[in-house]
This record gives sequence, C-alpha cells and structure tokens, in this order.
Amino acid sequence: MALSATVSHAQMLINGAGATFPQVIYTKWFDEYQKVDPSVRFNYQGIGSGGGQKQILAETVDFGASDGPMSDENLAKAPRALWHIPTVAGAVVVSYNLEGDPQVRLDGPTLAGIFLGTITKWNDPAIAGQNPDVKLPDEDIVVVHRSDGSGTSFIFTDYLSSVSPDWKAKVGKGVSVSWPVGLGGKGNAGVAGQVKQTPGAIGYVELAYAHQNKLPVAEMKNSSGIYMSPTLDSVTAALAAATIPDDFRFSMVNSPGATAYPIAGTTWLLVYAEQKDHAKGEKLVQFLRWAYSDGEKLAPSLDYAPLPDNVLKRALDRVNSIKY
Amino acid sequence: MSTASTTHVVPAPGSRSPDIAFKWVAAFAAAMIVILIVFVGLELYWGSRLAIAKFGVGFLWSTEWDPVQEKFGALPFIFGTLLSSLLALLIAVPLGVATALFLTELAPLRIRQPIVMAIEMLAAVPSVIFGLWGIFVLIPWLRDHLFVWLKHWLGFLPLFKGPIYGTSMLAAGIIVAIMILPIITSISREILRSVPNLQREAAYALGATRWEVLRIAVLSYARRGLFGAAVLGLGRALGETMAVTMVIGNRPEIAASLFAPGYTLASVVANEFAEATTDIYFNSLFELGLVLLVVAILVNAAAQVMLKSMTGSGPIKVV
Repeated sequence: MALSATVSHAQMLINGAGATFPQVIYTKWFDEYQKVDPSVRFNYQGIGSGGGQKQILAETVDFGASDGPMSDENLAKAPRALWHIPTVAGAVVVSYNLEGDPQVRLDGPTLAGIFLGTITKWNDPAIAGQNPDVKLPDEDIVVVHRSDGSGTSFIFTDYLSSVSPDWKAKVGKGVSVSWPVGLGGKGNAGVAGQVKQTPGAIGYVELAYAHQNKLPVAEMKNSSGIYMSPTLDSVTAALAAATIPDDFRFSMVNSPGATAYPIAGTTWLLVYAEQKDHAKGEKLVQFLRWAYSDGEKLAPSLDYAPLPDNVLKRALDRVNSIKY
Repeated sequence: MSTASTTHVVPAPGSRSPDIAFKWVAAFAAAMIVILIVFVGLELYWGSRLAIAKFGVGFLWSTEWDPVQEKFGALPFIFGTLLSSLLALLIAVPLGVATALFLTELAPLRIRQPIVMAIEMLAAVPSVIFGLWGIFVLIPWLRDHLFVWLKHWLGFLPLFKGPIYGTSMLAAGIIVAIMILPIITSISREILRSVPNLQREAAYALGATRWEVLRIAVLSYARRGLFGAAVLGLGRALGETMAVTMVIGNRPEIAASLFAPGYTLASVVANEFAEATTDIYFNSLFELGLVLLVVAILVNAAAQVMLKSMTGSGPIKVV
C-alpha cells in the first residue's frame, strides 16, 4: 500500500491504445524506457487499429496506434491536427502446404489470381512457369485468409490491389475485405494452423510469426523483377525506396528497389501536433526521441524491421515539432 | 392465554419486515435482468442506427458483406447461426437425452457419479480450447475420415456434396454439440430423476418391457422438460463464438453443402469489431449484434409457443 502510493505519486501515466501488430515491440520499448526515465510509465492496450483510432479521436488516450493509415473521413473528425508517425515495419509472407516443402516463387499477378480464384491448381502454368525446378502437384489450391480484421490483411490486399487491376476492381484493400474464395482463419495462428492442416493450402501471415514458427514462405517477385525472400533487410530496403508523402500516410507495397520485398507495410503512432497537457506532452516527445534512437535498435531482435535512416530522420523531425 | 415462552413461535409485531425486504430484493434482482436486456437492446439499436437508416430492413436479407465497398447484409450470418445451432441440437439432444436416460434408469449406481463428473468437467473446458482442439484434432479427423465416409455413402444428397476442407458448417455444428452436451445432459438428468417412480411402477404393472417403460412412462411424461433442456442448449448454441470461429471457415456464404464453410453472427462481430474503422462498418457490426439478440428472443419465443402446444403432464422445470 505504502509502496504503491509512493510509486504512483512519483510516476506519470501515459496511455496509449491501438494496433496489435506492434504491441510486442511497444511493450518492450516501454519496459526499457522505464529504466531510462523512471518518472513516467506507459500503458499500452492492443485493442486493434479501429479502437486506437476511435480512442485518439475521442482523446481518451494520449496516443493512438494504427496498422493502416486513417481515412480522410476519420482524420477529419480530429479536433485538431493529428499526425501519423511511422515506428517500425513488417512484412506479410505467403506460406503454403506442399509435399516436401519446396521453395516456391510467385509474382504479384499470380498471387492475385490464386486469391481471386482464377488459378485453382498448383500445377497451373502461371505457377509452374515461375518454378521450373519444383515438381508441382495436380492439387487444388485451398486459399486461407484472415477472418479477423487486421493490419496484416490490409498490407496483403494493398499489395494485391497494386499489382492486379482485377483485384483492385473486384475486391480492393482493407483490414477486412469480401474475399472471392477461401477459408477464414482467426489470427496468424488460425491461418497458419489451417495452412499446416490442409494439403495444398496457401495463406498469408506476419513475417515475425512465420519466422518464429519456421513456416515455409514463398519468394515474391518485386517491382525490379527479382524474387526476394522476406527478411528484415528486404523490408527495410522496401521502406527506404518507398515514396513517402509529408503526412506519412503512405503505402510501401511493391516498393521500387532491387532488394525490396514487395509485401511490406509500416505501423503508425497517432499523436496530436499540439499536446494539451504540457508535462505529458514533454514526456511523450522525450520518449519518442529515445524510441527513434535506442528503441529502433531493439526491433530486429523482435522480428520487426527498423526504419531506414532517411525515414527515421523525417520521423524524428516530426516528433521534434510536436508542441507542448 | 399464551405464555411468554411461546412468543417466538407466534410472529412478533414487525417480524414480517425480513419477508418484505426479501421480497423486494428478489423482485429487484428479477427486474434487473429485464432492465439489462432492455438496455442491451437499446444500446445495440443506438449503436446501429446509421446502418439501420442506410440499409433499412434490406439489411436482413442482403447477402453482401463488403467492408471495402461498405455494403453490408446479415443473411449469410443469420443462416449460419441458425444452421450451426440446429446441427448442434440434432447431434446433442439425442446424445444428451440418451446419456441422461442411461444415467438415471440403466447405469449401475457406482458408475453414475463418475460419468456425471466427466460430463460436468466437459462444461468447464474453455471455448477457445475446444476451438484449438477443433483445428488440430477434430478437423483433420473429420476431413480424412467422417466427411469422406459421409460423401461416399450420402454424396448424392446436396448436403454432402462439394469439396471437403475440414473447416465447415458441419464441423461447427459438431463442436457446438460437444459444448452444449453438458447442459442438455445435466438438465435432462434432473428432469428424468423427477419423474415419479409411480409412473414406472404403473407401467411395469401393466406388463410393459423395460424399453416400453422408458418410452411410455418416463420419456413421454418428461417430454416437456426435455424440450426445455433442448431450448436452453439452443440458447447457448446461438451465441457460441470462439470455438465456432475457429472451425467454421468464416465465409459469409449460403451453401447447401454442410462441407462448405459458413459464418455466424457472433463470429463476425468477434472477428471484425476491433478493426472496424468507418462509422457505417462499425454500425453494421452493431446491427448484427442486434439481429443476434432478436434471433435469440424469437427462437426462444417460438420454443415457448411449441411448449404450450405440447401435451404431457410432466415437470417443466426449466422453462
């Protein structure tokens, strides 16, 4: 009682909520930052990007977090300027269940064809043509996608929209979409579970999840025509080559750059340009400066891709212009 | 003429106040349930008003669910909810009643208690565990054995046509059946236990065989109560979320085949609520919640009507 009283008396509490994808690294950051500045404590709830956007708009949290950029419509609801600041990036990988776990290579239009249901067999010429060394079975492809709304689906459908006009017209991009074919699995674990259980299945999961669970992943053809396997380096390379507008609401799928992995995306913090509470605003900015220096170094060990130097500098400039 | 020593037998003035207090506390508790339901309904209505204004009643029979185009309809989810619950009942009621019959009428006394405990433990298993077990154990088995068998022998029926993925409407029905089995069995057992022995003795006295006794004296006497047990099971089946989400395939589609994936109202709300960013999307999910509440109320009301029309003099403990 006495202990908790002294702790809470000395500590300032900063609340945040939103995206689940970066929750692991945010939690790590807050833990580490506790050692740097014991006078502030961060509380982050991974309630989903939708919840994060709602809460920061309602100002019930001090910062929000989202795996997809806010829509113009939602951003217009903000009481004053609300900024997107990218923190780390991740990739979405394509995993599959084929006898003997061969290394499969795919390009964007083929992947879109599979998820549109126009390519239904593993030995379809579109797939076989890219994989001359792999003996592909005459087996039905079972498509598995996320059933829950997620940033992973957003990045994946954003990519398919950017490489396939057909996909863009028929399905589009979003955290949830109307899938033309396939089964829905809940979470990375649900998709991976169904892919693992179903012969001939193909699905998509977060890079970190695939890496930690050692799933077979496809090499994807990037916009320079090179097949890249998803790694933290190829994600950071994608981000470095992406065109990033001033408001940071950007998409980095199918990024140019010879070493870029094409299905990648970033995640954002949502902070008000002018902080209402001077003391909290100051602590938040101090924390963000730390996050963009020491914090980013923690990213690779947790399977997140750190920001490349050019983006990092711009993000830090934005942090430094937060008023409090 | 009463003496002082008997005064605590005769109520002293004012001693009715605990009675009155209890009556009000009980009435308050009962009223709270009604108020709670009303508030849940109002809140759901309020949360879904944009969707109600935009889509009107067409929401109920539209089959489209496209968050990108912002076109929303509830029919595939209503269908999935009702069908998966119906399948669950078709499996769980005969099993549950048979188990209850076995436990009350047939089983040797010393094995009754262990079986009852096993069934009650089934009720304590969390939903998500059933779901995981479903993905990793049940689904592969269904896909490689039961479904193949069904397709081989009954494949001429539309119900058992089409490709087999494992995750399917039927898998959801089976998982839910396992989950509602404990409540149906426990209540059926209580109902059957409350059938007076006089019933059985009378039937035996007429020369009935054991099966005839069960059928005429026990089951037909208890049918209203057993129906009530099924209704309680149905109530749980309609709202079951987590395990269903993990095995149903989450595809908003109305398919004739039980091997095809489906989707339920509770599942889509659980899946998409956290990431719903636009107002109309959010409101549509709320409206699905409202639809689920109304479906549950309607199904229960229908059950009450059916119960009233049922003959039988037995106990109606639960309804």
